[in-house]
Amino acid sequence: MEFSIYRFNPETDSAPYMQDFTLGDDLVEPGMMLLDALLLLKEQDDSLSFRRSCQHGVCGSDGMNINGTNGLACIMPLKDLKTPIVLRPFPGMPVIRDLIVDMDNFYHQYREAEPWLVNDSPEPEVERLQSPEDRDKLDGLYECILCGCCSAACPSYWWNPDRFLGPAALLQAARFIQDSRDEATEERLERLDDAYSLYRCHGIMNCTQVCPKGLNPSKAIGDIRRIMLKRSV
Amino acid sequence: MTLTTRKFDALIVGAGGAGLRAALQLSNAEARVAVVSKVFPTRSHTVAAQGGVNAALANVLPDSWHWHMFDTVKGSDYLGDQDAIEYMCRAAPKVVYELEHFGVPFSRLEEGNIYQRAFGGQSQHFGKEQAARTCAAADRTGHAILHSLYQQNLRAQTHFFDEYFAIDLIKDDAGHVLGVVAFDILSGEPIAIEAKTTLIATGGAGQIFRTNTNALSNTGDGMAMALRAGVPLEDMEFVQFHPTGIAGRGMLITEGARGEGGFLINDQGERFMERYAPNAKDLASRDVVSRAIAIEVREGRGCGRNKDHALLDLRHLGADTIMKKLPGIREVSMTFLGVDPIEAPIPIFPTCHYSMGGIPTNRDGQVVVPVKDTPEDPVPGLYAAGEAACVSVHGANRLGGNSLLDILVFGRAAANHILDFLKDNRHHRPLHKESVDRALARLARWDRKGEGEAVEPLRRELRKIMEDHCGVFRTAEVMQEGVTRLHDLRERIDNAVIRDHSRTFNTARVEAMELENLMDCAMATIVSALGREESRGAHSRMDFTDRDDERWLRHSLYSLQDDAMDYKPVRTQPVTVESFPPKERVY
Repeated sequence: MEFSIYRFNPETDSAPYMQDFTLGDDLVEPGMMLLDALLLLKEQDDSLSFRRSCQHGVCGSDGMNINGTNGLACIMPLKDLKTPIVLRPFPGMPVIRDLIVDMDNFYHQYREAEPWLVNDSPEPEVERLQSPEDRDKLDGLYECILCGCCSAACPSYWWNPDRFLGPAALLQAARFIQDSRDEATEERLERLDDAYSLYRCHGIMNCTQVCPKGLNPSKAIGDIRRIMLKRSV
Repeated sequence: MTLTTRKFDALIVGAGGAGLRAALQLSNAEARVAVVSKVFPTRSHTVAAQGGVNAALANVLPDSWHWHMFDTVKGSDYLGDQDAIEYMCRAAPKVVYELEHFGVPFSRLEEGNIYQRAFGGQSQHFGKEQAARTCAAADRTGHAILHSLYQQNLRAQTHFFDEYFAIDLIKDDAGHVLGVVAFDILSGEPIAIEAKTTLIATGGAGQIFRTNTNALSNTGDGMAMALRAGVPLEDMEFVQFHPTGIAGRGMLITEGARGEGGFLINDQGERFMERYAPNAKDLASRDVVSRAIAIEVREGRGCGRNKDHALLDLRHLGADTIMKKLPGIREVSMTFLGVDPIEAPIPIFPTCHYSMGGIPTNRDGQVVVPVKDTPEDPVPGLYAAGEAACVSVHGANRLGGNSLLDILVFGRAAANHILDFLKDNRHHRPLHKESVDRALARLARWDRKGEGEAVEPLRRELRKIMEDHCGVFRTAEVMQEGVTRLHDLRERIDNAVIRDHSRTFNTARVEAMELENLMDCAMATIVSALGREESRGAHSRMDFTDRDDERWLRHSLYSLQDDAMDYKPVRTQPVTVESFPPKERVY
């Protein structure tokens, strides 16, 4: 099985290049994921660099660009991929080395969304109540694993990574705006109410298309917009 | 070259649930706290916990912390320390309510209370009817908890060293722990992080076995650091095999699947757990269910072409329950097997899941070691919590839903004790140069060039040795051979080389240092297992098939020095209630 993989080591390379790798057919087993193949390729060349951890799509470490689309290597079946399999780091993010990108700005935008529950009412001794219907509103929002596939697929985020929060951070904003226990909705909306933070989303929907968890940031952003609109009239 | 140094009041190594719960407690008390993690915090393995966290909230069925305590003691096969278990079960409701206040999106009952489900080994009235004690956020409870804890730490402005790899503890001649030497994975630069207290919360060592439910990063780093600092590891022979890993792959299918009503079948379509545990059936303790599956397969009643697994049937639960309560495992099953549990049963087999053993601590999270006649003398400045630690609340077998509880209760308890310690210890002790140099030498060792074996094949061999020689069923002869092979492997690892010597994000070097840690944990496990000549909980000896309370109701302590074994008594006396004396364990 043939691979073409983006290589760049800032200590030795003046520019990135694509390197061909071959994985012997004897090593390819049914049901194998792309990450399994990458781990075997790393045995051929231990300098091949990528992040990975949980191996089943919950830690969000191994996001990369796979045959032109962002995804997680650990839950990407090899058999679904056209060869040669072309692997690149996420587009729009600075490359540290090979498939490893600098996610500092992505995390910065996440923090900008103030993704924590704010409820300053006196704490009850037991749980705060939330109806199953209110809890249902968090489904599709809280499951984000911060892999970065969505933001790294978003042209608006590529162009304005400093001012547009990007789909991942906006999904978090929505998760707390929709939480019936959160008391900071007004402040959250206020912070998003400028020309860039939220409104640079042009509904391209790449985020929703690539999300490996099947989430829909595009819809979450649309919902925030609707709430904003209701608030302004 | 001068070494970069940073100083904090409290240092936490590991950013899973235990580390982040402790960090939050410390930050909120305005201690200067730093968290070192080799992965970005939300990628820690707590994120993969599915089923939930136990607490006697009694939201669904009547419950009490005392029943929870009984179940935990019985589940531990009476090896758990009853003072720590009482403390944990009493604290459970409070820590769960705190989590809810932190924002954890728990599933809800009709009235708006936290949803609770049945899990294995749980009972009402000290061993009677099934209880429903496990608080859940669908089947993504670990994710929900880890993200909420990280978020609250951001709010509290905890300092994070993300993607830093801790090499070793700094310890002075008087035995005080002064922090760690780490390196920044991004730049390759080493750093000494000095702290008045150091909490090890690095999780388990599931990667010592070939088939496991664990993340690749679960390499027992903190356990191995403790060993190298002269701290023995406790009860390392007790490794939990989760009954329902995806056959051949290892991915976890939560016990919650059986808690919601799923059951196991063999090739005859028989619900075989009825034979092994007539009352609790599929919700018997994990060690019992894992052994039952292994026996079914060994006796020729396995499923599939190779008759090498059992099936977990959820079809009768219906699409609604599966999609609402178990969406995550449906996703995993479809991704890795192409099996939709709404339509077909899931092939499963017991898989290495959890280290009951670890760094010995008391219920304040202080690391304790035997000194002369005292079995448990605190190491000044050193704490441990979570899977890396052994309090011991899990004893010989952990109950499902008690690991998330353990990390929260003891992460929090350790932080509270650290705050007290800081009040009495206001100054940093002088940095201990020899200990820093030793750690730097361990890092520099991987700069060695020339001929030598590569890391990955050695790692593969280690995992295979452990699976073949220290698996679900153990005998002296087979384990002895495993010990011999590991000794040989240890020497080969000393001579191994990596080819990548760059500074920037050198993952080859990280993996090499992880292999050294795995090696120490594997040796601790097999040597402890060989030492314990009885069967108890997860430790099943074919040559010593019975539990032997007379000789073995005691904790094992493995030291790196000469691979020596020592033992200490179980704390059978709870804090306020009567002790639960050992009984035959029937489910």
